[in-house]
Amino acid sequence: MNENNDSSILSPGQRPVKDSMNSLKARHNILADAHEQIGILEHGANHDDAFRLAPFQQKLGEIGLYPLHPTGIEIFQVNMGKMCNQVCKHCHVDAGPDRKEIMTRETMQLCLDTLKNSPVTTVDLTGGAPELNPQFRWFVEEIKKSGKHIIVRCNLTIILANKRFNDLPGFFRQHAVEVVSSLPFYTADRTNRQRGDGVFEESIKALQMLNAVGYGKEGTGLVLNLVYNPAGAFLPPSQTMLEKEFKTELMKNFGIAFNQLYTITNMPISRYLDYLLQSGNYEKYMEKLTAAFNPAAAKGIMCRNTISVGWDGFLYDCDFNQMLDLKISCKNSVHLSQFNLANLNKREIVVNQHCYGCTAGAGSSCGGAVDP
Amino acid sequence: MNNNYYNSDDLAKFGNIGEFQKEVADKFFGWYGEVFKDSALSAKEKSLIALAVSHAVQCPYCIDAYSSDAYEKGYSEAQMMEAVHVAAAIRGGATLVHGVQMMNKVKDIAM
Repeated sequence: MNENNDSSILSPGQRPVKDSMNSLKARHNILADAHEQIGILEHGANHDDAFRLAPFQQKLGEIGLYPLHPTGIEIFQVNMGKMCNQVCKHCHVDAGPDRKEIMTRETMQLCLDTLKNSPVTTVDLTGGAPELNPQFRWFVEEIKKSGKHIIVRCNLTIILANKRFNDLPGFFRQHAVEVVSSLPFYTADRTNRQRGDGVFEESIKALQMLNAVGYGKEGTGLVLNLVYNPAGAFLPPSQTMLEKEFKTELMKNFGIAFNQLYTITNMPISRYLDYLLQSGNYEKYMEKLTAAFNPAAAKGIMCRNTISVGWDGFLYDCDFNQMLDLKISCKNSVHLSQFNLANLNKREIVVNQHCYGCTAGAGSSCGGAVDP
Repeated sequence: MNNNYYNSDDLAKFGNIGEFQKEVADKFFGWYGEVFKDSALSAKEKSLIALAVSHAVQCPYCIDAYSSDAYEKGYSEAQMMEAVHVAAAIRGGATLVHGVQMMNKVKDIAM
């Protein structure tokens, strides 16, 4: 059997990486349908307008930001597929081992063609677990040839999920890839509640492996950033304060070093939306987000300098719009095959009620707080 | 007024107390904001103190606010419950230590 086509993620005999939960799609949950999610965001849980918030467009209008335009594309974020070895409760991708949508080598080639001669400075690889795409290493090597900075959003446990991934830290180092990894807390309880039983323990091992090859260590230039997501229906605390705490606790308890902590707000979509509705927190959470609307965070919102590419090559304003199937609103440039930078830079960014997640409090982006 | 003395929706209306007397309300909220800033004690530590005091004064609004705040700031369930025990122990101890007054009085009057 060709190892690259091996669809099983785990080593023989290994328990599924944590949590028996399935994706919404596998459970045939109605929230697997993007239209259903948008209906809830716009018209309330029962679509009856019993719960409505000020439209996000109106909120942007009040501060002179509507329609919202890009400031220029700097970050090219590629979602390499929805397959993942974890099934986190807050996942906005609805990723999991049962998801088969992954990017083909042909689409990756389109990415590479697009990146040539583009002003993009950073290529941000995400998923699912991007490493599960059989073409992952080839893609990283090819992007590297273009001289772009590469970020990999690595869920950590993938490094230990199968022996064929054990050398990922070395591979990342070889290509000077920046590693951004979720670790919702420096204790096991909160981490495992969000990401599944045992994820914390394996994440710690993976972080130690990354440290061992130089990641997160001073003077190596190998950047290891961590991501905090609230494990519940609340907003993140101060990024600066929490980073200090993470650094102290991870060093004291596990000898782990890292560069920066990014605090990211959970978006009210997909599995996190399901959690909010199931736990009766949806309306209060949305009220919290809207009450915390921060104009400075809105000005610096990440969709203004990012373009998001789906596994099938379609373009989106961000990974969240991608998951809501809100395709980019740009004439003759909705797919990589017709990528037109000039048109894209003039486009109107598609916004909706979920966008309150990026503008609340200190703001939230794939690079953490916007206005810390 | 409705039929309940306490309504959780009222917490969000706290800021409205300035409608009846703005000047002192502004002073209170200004002072309140200063009190909870990161300083010699961190904002996180102050949140846990506030949680304990909320229980000591048995203020449902404060318990609502600081249960969320302390948890958001990263305290675990066990840490928060221990803080409540501190408040309870001080309250219990405060009652009990007066037992010494009682003893003093009884010893004064007893034969």
